[in-house]
Amino acid sequence: MIEMGRSLLFPSLRSGNATGVLLRAWTAFKSTSWATVASGFMEPVLYLLAMGMGMGALVGDVVGPDGNPMSYAAYIAPALLTTSAMNGAVYESTWNVFFKLRFGKIYQVMLQTPMGPMDIALGEVGWALLRGLAYGVAFMVVAFVMGLVTSLWALLMVPVALLVALGFAGFGMGITSYLTNFRQMDVVGFVMLPMFLFSATLYPITVYPEWIQWVVKVMPLWHGVELMRGLSIGYVTWGSLGHLAYFLVMAGVGLTLMTLRLRKLFLR
Amino acid sequence: MSDLPLTRPLTRESMASAAIRRGVLFYAETWIRYIRVYALSLGLVAVVQPLLYLVAMGVGLGALVRGDVAGVSYLRFVAPAIMVSTMTAAAMGEFSYNITGGFLWNKGFFAPNQTPIQPRQIAGGVIVACCLRFTIQCLIFWAMMVAFGAVDSALSLLSVPISLLCALAFGLPLMAYTAQMKREHGQLNLVQRFIVMPLSLFSGTYFLLETMPGYLQWIGWVSPIWHATQLARVVCFGLVEPGWLIVTHVAYLVALALLGWVLAMRFFERRLRD
Amino acid sequence: MTASPTVIHAADLMKVYGKLRAVDGINFEVREGESFGLLGPNGAGKSTTMRMIGGTLIRDGGTLEVLGLDPDKDGPLIRANLGVVPQQDYLDEELRVAENLTMYGRYFGLPYSYLRPKVAELLEFAKLTDRAKANVEELSGGMKRRLVIARGLINDPRILLLDEPTTGLDPQARHIVWDQLYRLKERGVTLIVTTHFMDEAEQLCERLIVMDNGQIKAEGRPMALIREYSTPEVLELRFGVGRNEELLPQLEGIGERHELLADRLLLYVRDGDAALSEVARRGITPLTSLVRRSSLEDVFLRLTGRSLIE
Repeated sequence: MIEMGRSLLFPSLRSGNATGVLLRAWTAFKSTSWATVASGFMEPVLYLLAMGMGMGALVGDVVGPDGNPMSYAAYIAPALLTTSAMNGAVYESTWNVFFKLRFGKIYQVMLQTPMGPMDIALGEVGWALLRGLAYGVAFMVVAFVMGLVTSLWALLMVPVALLVALGFAGFGMGITSYLTNFRQMDVVGFVMLPMFLFSATLYPITVYPEWIQWVVKVMPLWHGVELMRGLSIGYVTWGSLGHLAYFLVMAGVGLTLMTLRLRKLFLR
Repeated sequence: MSDLPLTRPLTRESMASAAIRRGVLFYAETWIRYIRVYALSLGLVAVVQPLLYLVAMGVGLGALVRGDVAGVSYLRFVAPAIMVSTMTAAAMGEFSYNITGGFLWNKGFFAPNQTPIQPRQIAGGVIVACCLRFTIQCLIFWAMMVAFGAVDSALSLLSVPISLLCALAFGLPLMAYTAQMKREHGQLNLVQRFIVMPLSLFSGTYFLLETMPGYLQWIGWVSPIWHATQLARVVCFGLVEPGWLIVTHVAYLVALALLGWVLAMRFFERRLRD
Repeated sequence: MTASPTVIHAADLMKVYGKLRAVDGINFEVREGESFGLLGPNGAGKSTTMRMIGGTLIRDGGTLEVLGLDPDKDGPLIRANLGVVPQQDYLDEELRVAENLTMYGRYFGLPYSYLRPKVAELLEFAKLTDRAKANVEELSGGMKRRLVIARGLINDPRILLLDEPTTGLDPQARHIVWDQLYRLKERGVTLIVTTHFMDEAEQLCERLIVMDNGQIKAEGRPMALIREYSTPEVLELRFGVGRNEELLPQLEGIGERHELLADRLLLYVRDGDAALSEVARRGITPLTSLVRRSSLEDVFLRLTGRSLIE
């Protein structure tokens, strides 16, 4: 048992028992929070119904990534899946982690066991990804039933959604480590809202002047949306690979940031 | 203890009667102090949020919309609606976790409860302070609409009290619900997901309710957001709405706010006196 | 005691939660300037009684008069005369230390011109002047409690209600709080204290009621209660796990009474040292022994057969 730590990366931060966190999350899920978790699935579906039907009637067809027209619902569906992956990951890694730290004191108890902060972080991220997986699959089923999925490539949207979530989760926890007051959580929403509104989610960014377009293209969500929209109709290009690379880098940087800030986050 | 005796400027009778008459304002002061701590971020939100929404939805999404909606440009159509839903979201923020916090987490309601102030006055103080915040936020939003050319009549200023009424019609029932919660294990998140979200998506904010299939239109009818949105459109660009419907909109909003008020008062009373 | 006016009068006071009679028909009186205690274990009904006095809990039966008024009807006027120090501090963590006092003063309608010097004075009293701008979270338990007491004094109350004033504090912090309370008493403030610490009751209270299960078991001055319900001294003996009861028959005849606790045996005697010699003379050697003065703990044990702290 004592030797266990040696074979691990970052032995001072972890015991290799991240499953403990998953187990707790699962137990809490079964007993109380299942409704909250299940409701997370509603959000993108409702958006799809409302905006697809309501706005669809006002907008008609739009130009898809391959230059061919597509229905408005089919246009926004991949964007909504991407956004919900982002929202889920950010919510879990900021608000939820912060809340558990400050009010629930759940981590304090866990840290009294051999578990280290990294176990907790990995466990939390793992749980967020599991949730993301469930949401992604459920959304794909709805999109398929609505006739919005037309390519086999679309199956890749689920793992890509997970990658999007991973990228945001690491960053989210890193940022949470800098927050001291839950009112500061507003800042998080403050970044997320414009990202959602401007990242080609509900309309193409070509309606804006070029400089705004470049700002949008720096933001992660745009890359996710573009990648997913291409996959949804089987339009895969070198650009898709670029978007993928963006998220791989983001996930790497995010997880590194999280690891570096772990002590600050859990051991203060 | 320093022994300089400070003369009490108020007799005990006048302390009690001051609290009975103006207790609501005394508690509102505390709530305003809370808000003051994050006034900067609130101010930023109040200015930037309408800006973002008007640019993104009014201009961006509007570029996709073919022709006019309800006889006006999409920007003019959607701006008053966004104002109403923004205020509803603000009400969701103020009347949910803050109330739970007052009873369950930092228990901020219990200290004033030991003083001559009464439970209803504590609830009232929260409402007064929030109304102040909402009004300022509404005025900023309205000024933004003017700057975007989304409204151009003096009558459109009525969208401020309409949005405020909507915030209360939605917020006070929510406050009543939160006030009776014995513990919080995610119910408010459920309210957000199962009530606020659907209400704001299916309340004809971005399109006319009539474009929805009939089996989804009822959501708009029960939603304070739809009623307030229609009213705001009437005053902002003269949306044509029959008189009886306008009366219905106002009556529904007032009724919801009153119901929430009565219940919130009752639950505060019960919670702090038992 | 000279005939100071009665400030609190309770008769058949009752509070029921479902089947639980939290306060079960109690009678007591408190006079102006007195320090009056409610001693009993957790759940005895002390805090419930306190909240009824402040009018923040509606009673279910009996009469209660505070300064001649009914708390259920004249709550605001009564609370204008009260200072309340609740068991859970109810400090506002979103406000700073001095702001906690100022805003609390505002709830009494006190103007800022009065509150500015008053808050400074109270911070001095609580020895927190240098913490005026600190966040409440940064204060230690003892500092928080001193701040709460200072907060309760913002309206110059005639009666100060203290619910478990030193629970959770370390011994040094307790003595600072007690010192504060003595000073208030000297200034003529009526103190009403609930506690489950017998030493606190002995230190602070001139007169007290012993409560258990919502009822009053005894009433009087601490020394008088000890004299009435106990012997002057107690001999405590430990024989190790399970052996205390075994040895009881051999101790027969020593002292007036005995109590068998989980970990020790108490012998109630006039002279503890003499009793201990008698134990040795009978050839019994305990693991440890202790002679001490009788306390209110012994009174409670005698009255209920249970300890105050469980």
